[in-house]
Amino acid sequence: MIGTLKSIPRVALYEGEGSRPIAGPVRAELTRLLLEKGYAVSSIRPGGQVAPATSGVLLVLGEFLEQKPLEAVAETDAVKVLFRDIAALDVPKIMGLVESLCGTTPLPKPGGWKPWFPVIDFGRCTNCMQCLSFCLFDVYGVSTEGKIQVQHENHCKTDCPACSRVCPEVAILFPKYRSGPINGDEINSEDLRRESMKVDISSLLGGDIYQALRDRSDKAKSRFSKERDEDRALKERQRCLTKLQEQLEIPPEVLASLPSLDQIQAKAVQAKQRAADALGMNSAQLT
Amino acid sequence: MPRIVYCHCAYAQVVPKAVKEEVLRRLVESGVAFDAVADLCEMSAKRDPMMKQLSQEGSVKIAACYPRAVKWLFSAADAPLPLAGAEVVNMRVETADRVIDAVLGEGFKQTESA
Ligand code: SF4
Ligand code: SF4
Repeated sequence: MIGTLKSIPRVALYEGEGSRPIAGPVRAELTRLLLEKGYAVSSIRPGGQVAPATSGVLLVLGEFLEQKPLEAVAETDAVKVLFRDIAALDVPKIMGLVESLCGTTPLPKPGGWKPWFPVIDFGRCTNCMQCLSFCLFDVYGVSTEGKIQVQHENHCKTDCPACSRVCPEVAILFPKYRSGPINGDEINSEDLRRESMKVDISSLLGGDIYQALRDRSDKAKSRFSKERDEDRALKERQRCLTKLQEQLEIPPEVLASLPSLDQIQAKAVQAKQRAADALGMNSAQLT
Repeated sequence: MPRIVYCHCAYAQVVPKAVKEEVLRRLVESGVAFDAVADLCEMSAKRDPMMKQLSQEGSVKIAACYPRAVKWLFSAADAPLPLAGAEVVNMRVETADRVIDAVLGEGFKQTESA
């Protein structure tokens, strides 16, 4: 999990009893800009219902007919409610007001962390722990009940969907991935067939996938790789590795940033041990 | 009427811009109350408590992306969607018209107030 259990600031555009409607273009532009800055926006209209606010800051903007208190505390005490009248303000001024009251949101700036991380479909997951033993970046962990969990979303390598490729059950999603079934689209029989092929490829390599990929990356960097790779068997291995890298869709940047061989080996041993411990714990609970 | 949640998918280009902006525009003009969030993925990764508020209390219609992805994003944030009563409309594949019909109900008449 990332950060603290705090809600992102929420802005309510209030157009109910005791207020005038906000002009259409202002309402539209404001909503879009607030969302693009990472705020949540609740559009409050007569007779409608929005999600209750139970924590954090709720900034209520409106064109109020009567003066509102600047600040109030909601019944639960956990919500700070601020009221501001925006009747005399244009959109840039309202945005300035929101930022001065709520602060800028802790969401990624352009070029910062994009919300890219695995999401497990527990309707399919069999708790086999292959993802845990595969991932070298401690994204996965095990709950106290012995269940696989995504624990460190922000350790995940942006745009790398490799663990979804090793999951035998097609149970790992990356919602921002470009195509199905990894993006959450329904799974068809062709997807399932492809998954079993991937397992074959990794067993063909007969060893640690990361070590093999690391070998490949090192060879690519070597000025002499061409001469060394003249050997046919090596070429065949290279071909398999290229295929594997393509199949796992590991971006070149991720491959280039793999830790050293020693670190990989140590991490792989650790990850496998955690997976084995979890599986051991689960089977002990069953007996 | 079910509550409405709209996801702006602010940190990726996976939902076609034209669709999400048109859906947002029409929701804003509809005169109907709704909650809009910048990015449900981001909120799920942070276990944002608002996920629970969005998923609780009665039926809800969510304009976002693939229903399987949205379902497990909520679940990962300890805010499972109600088994009955939650409908996810996929802005990655549907047109803005179909999303609006699904969320507001077919033939919804705008009550634009400004
Ligand atoms: S590899 Fe897939 S099925 Fe196995 S524990 Fe991970 S998500 Fe579940
Ligand atoms: S839930 Fe879907 S639409 Fe929303 S931010 Fe994530 S990928 Fe984008």
